[in-house]
Amino acid sequence: MSAILQGAGAATALSPFNSIDSNKLVAPSRSSLSVRSKRYIVAGSDGTNNKTFASSSLIARRSDPLIPNAVATKADTAASSTSSKSGHELLLFEALQEGLEEEMDRDPHVCVMGEDVGHYGGSYKVTKGLADKFGDLRVLDTPICENAFTGMGIGAAMTGLRPVIEGMNMGFLLLAFNQISNNCGMLHYTSGGQFTIPVVIRGPGGVGRQLGAEHSQRLESYFQSIPGIQMVACSTPYNAKGLMKAAIRSENPVILFEHVLLYNLKESIPDEDYICNLEEAEMVRPGEHITILTYSRMRYHVMQAAKTLVNKGYDPEVIDIRSLKPFDLHTIGNSVKKTHRVLIVEECMRTGGIGASLTAAINENFHDYLDAPVMCLSSQDVPTPYAGTLEEWTVVQPAQIVTAVEQLCQ
Amino acid sequence: MSQNDQKRFDLSIDDASPYYNNNIPSLQIKIRFLFAKRDYSKANSRAPAMALSRLSSRSNTFLKPAITALHSPIRRHVSTDTSPITIETAVPFTSHLCESPSRSVETSSEEILAFFRDMARMRRMEIAADSLYKAKLIRGFCHLYDGQEALAVGMEAAITKKDAIITSYRDHCTFIGRGGKLVDAFSELMGRKTGCSHGKGGSMHFYKKDASFYGGHGIVGAQIPLGCGLAFAQKYNKDEAVTFTMYGDGAANQGQLFEALNIAALWDLPAILVCENNHYGMGTATWRSAKSPAYFKRGDYVPGLKVDGMDALAVKQACKFAKEHALKNGPIILEMDTYRYHGHSMSDPGSTYRTRDEISGVRQVRDPIERVRKLLLSHDIATEKELKDMEKEIRKEVDDAVAQAKESPVPDSSELFTNMYVKDCGVESFGADRKDLKVTLP
Repeated sequence: MSAILQGAGAATALSPFNSIDSNKLVAPSRSSLSVRSKRYIVAGSDGTNNKTFASSSLIARRSDPLIPNAVATKADTAASSTSSKSGHELLLFEALQEGLEEEMDRDPHVCVMGEDVGHYGGSYKVTKGLADKFGDLRVLDTPICENAFTGMGIGAAMTGLRPVIEGMNMGFLLLAFNQISNNCGMLHYTSGGQFTIPVVIRGPGGVGRQLGAEHSQRLESYFQSIPGIQMVACSTPYNAKGLMKAAIRSENPVILFEHVLLYNLKESIPDEDYICNLEEAEMVRPGEHITILTYSRMRYHVMQAAKTLVNKGYDPEVIDIRSLKPFDLHTIGNSVKKTHRVLIVEECMRTGGIGASLTAAINENFHDYLDAPVMCLSSQDVPTPYAGTLEEWTVVQPAQIVTAVEQLCQ
Repeated sequence: MSQNDQKRFDLSIDDASPYYNNNIPSLQIKIRFLFAKRDYSKANSRAPAMALSRLSSRSNTFLKPAITALHSPIRRHVSTDTSPITIETAVPFTSHLCESPSRSVETSSEEILAFFRDMARMRRMEIAADSLYKAKLIRGFCHLYDGQEALAVGMEAAITKKDAIITSYRDHCTFIGRGGKLVDAFSELMGRKTGCSHGKGGSMHFYKKDASFYGGHGIVGAQIPLGCGLAFAQKYNKDEAVTFTMYGDGAANQGQLFEALNIAALWDLPAILVCENNHYGMGTATWRSAKSPAYFKRGDYVPGLKVDGMDALAVKQACKFAKEHALKNGPIILEMDTYRYHGHSMSDPGSTYRTRDEISGVRQVRDPIERVRKLLLSHDIATEKELKDMEKEIRKEVDDAVAQAKESPVPDSSELFTNMYVKDCGVESFGADRKDLKVTLP
């Protein structure tokens, strides 16, 4: 756990996630800037958010995060509306719970189903207290039948309910793969648009602390080819809450990947209602020399490595890609154009992982801007062993990241 | 009857036989078949009644169809008479953990005529689909429903459009029953833009949202949890409606059925699971795939009912009963004993695992349209000629629909990417990686 906390500490040191900074990150990406004064950032205003950036003002705002100095300025100009809130501190699982609770309050169609989400409070306490507040019908304890209750959630979504389906561990959702692939992903298409499936499938995945092979799976690589779904991975309490809310409000099926080891991260998040854009990447640390793309837990390993790199004189730009499907090629592209070198650090397996797809996408789209081949650091292609030392070696460690950056930046 | 026929009948004594639905001693089968062969072709008023009564299970002295109210045969109102007629189903219901509904079905001449018309339309549609497939206008998989039409029409007669139906890939007739248009069906089968799923679904993916028809699913058994989800939503929204989740005898062995059944029973969901037992899971007969072929009992703690699925009135009665039951007590399983004349799909000749005699035998003894025709004739609701005219009309209707569908346009290539995502939260509808377009950087 110490490594994570250290990583979190590094994160907070390098790019302070206090409320002002968070707002800076969210605001420029939304074309609904006019409503900024209300501090209520609405999802999906008119679909023009992330397309071609015709308006120069939008471009200017968009490239603000790339310039470190703008942080302070941005805070000042955003002053009037931001001065009021102080934010509150909480842990990541509490942020998820807050997001879920707010959405359930807001829309009576939102319901939660999963194993032990109700009376037990959720195996990672994400749904704690919700059953008492909303009742058994809205926070459903299901028997252990992933295939059936995922299918049930999808069937309910076809009529207009918005279920949030929890897999106790992402790996268990392999049992529901048929439902997720064929029904969840494809029904909107094969019905010619008649049905939308506004489900959110969420659960913790990733390599934990000696949980064993079957409980340390990273399913993002298996799900990434399913057409029709969106995948996002949260990494901080701020984006966890934002992504949870955006996922629930989205009409498309969204798979939200959480990480077992990140649930106890503490951060201060804004008091007001906000969401994070589902297809957007997050600029963690602007830089000049190299672009490091990462998501979920690896973000903290990267930030830890970044501390070492800064001491050695490098200036890495760290982007948390957040959106695993579709990739935010706009942010990534901007960054590649600036730094000309890319390192991908992920927790997926080497073969057929998110990094593999991202490498292909970057090479296809930004080949002319690259000065060095895209390097991808992923987990080893092995089942996660139980022994602690071996487990450490299956995932990417900060030392490896430092070495890779040094290699790329020669 | 030849020696071989004899043997085959002996083999098919158990519940798995398509010939009947109750435990009948072998002697009565042979007698029944003999009589049926002789009397069936006659169209006069008396013989059909006799044939029907002979088709009944116990003894020959048993209840003839009780023609109570409308026994005065003088006035005949074709299709406008709604005064009630009560007709006995030929075969009693068998129940598990619940009471059987009564065998007397309340109906009217208008309804029986509507049955005839709808079933004839469905039958013609499936035959037309057969020819279209052979003409290579329909490609891929095409699973035909002829022989099972009574299920679709009987169910519709008992429910409203608020009740949901979800079924497997053998969905053409269910779609029509829910109010789908013939031309939409044919267009979808031929992959045209005007099809019910805009050409993107195909034979196995017919949907009709406004009529609460949720499709149309290719993977065997995957629709069962979906159906329980629909029932869950109905309970959540307090709709007072039920969901009919249909699956076949092959799918009855899927684990997800039992998972979904457990959940439905646990939470008292208004789900009615309908097992369309046509006795063959593609090429495997039920006695070769199921240890316990009594599918209505498979629910164990969930009540079940076995119904003669070739009798539209019995289906109607059972569905009405099931709807009342589900709204009060939670899930119930209906096993519909039915039969399909075609093979599993158009790629399956349908004769490698069963004999042609069996198929033609069932067609003679249990055909749903013939049964309704006999009813109409015996109750003087329509004459032979009127029915034949009706069938001609329907044939023309189907041919017109086919012609219209043949003319309709194919989807253009931009439609490849539509309906992937719903546009909100800034989602684009191109593929992953945000896309076909090269990203233009500022």
